[in-house]
Amino acid sequence: MFITVAGIKKEVEDGTTIEKLILDEKIENAEYVTVTVNDEFARREDFDKKALGDNDVVEFLYFMGGGSF
Amino acid sequence: MLFLRKKDYELILEHALNGLPNEACGLIAGVIKEDKKYIEKVYLLTNIDVSREHFSMDPKEQLAVLKDIRANNYVLLGNFHSHPETPARPSKEDKRLAYDSKINYLILSLMNPKQPVLKAFLIQEGKDVSEEVIEIV
Repeated sequence: MFITVAGIKKEVEDGTTIEKLILDEKIENAEYVTVTVNDEFARREDFDKKALGDNDVVEFLYFMGGGSF
Repeated sequence: MLFLRKKDYELILEHALNGLPNEACGLIAGVIKEDKKYIEKVYLLTNIDVSREHFSMDPKEQLAVLKDIRANNYVLLGNFHSHPETPARPSKEDKRLAYDSKINYLILSLMNPKQPVLKAFLIQEGKDVSEEVIEIV
């Protein structure tokens, strides 16, 4: 099936989960990445459960924060 | 080396001053030509922590920015935040939370409001900090 990852269309195996996609895409510090599928924020507990579908659009967002001290 | 237009620097400064006493934050995008990074667009985001000591960007705003960056054929060059009462250097928390080693982290110090200081950094593995020259043009 085909999905769009960070704006780039690519072919992935049927049944690919978000967790597998994170590994395949070699996402740095994945524990701090938020994922959207078709503009919906995915729940972390679903990363290894929910399979992506054909034509899904996936984005990875790094948590961005900090502080003064 | 980073290049920031004066009007965009003023946008960042105004956003930071409007956010006082809390930290303000945002994203920067543009183009890279060889070793030069040209900031073409500054995005002013909401600090959802509403804190004078911390900031977190709103993920929904981040997503909208990401789409705009792509639509403009820019790349995400980095983020910025203000330090209302401390110098323009990455704090322990800034370093710990710098998860993307490929982007620049800009810090605007308002410790002396009459003399704001903006500096840019690269942060590797949450500890190795190097300053990158930022030229306001």
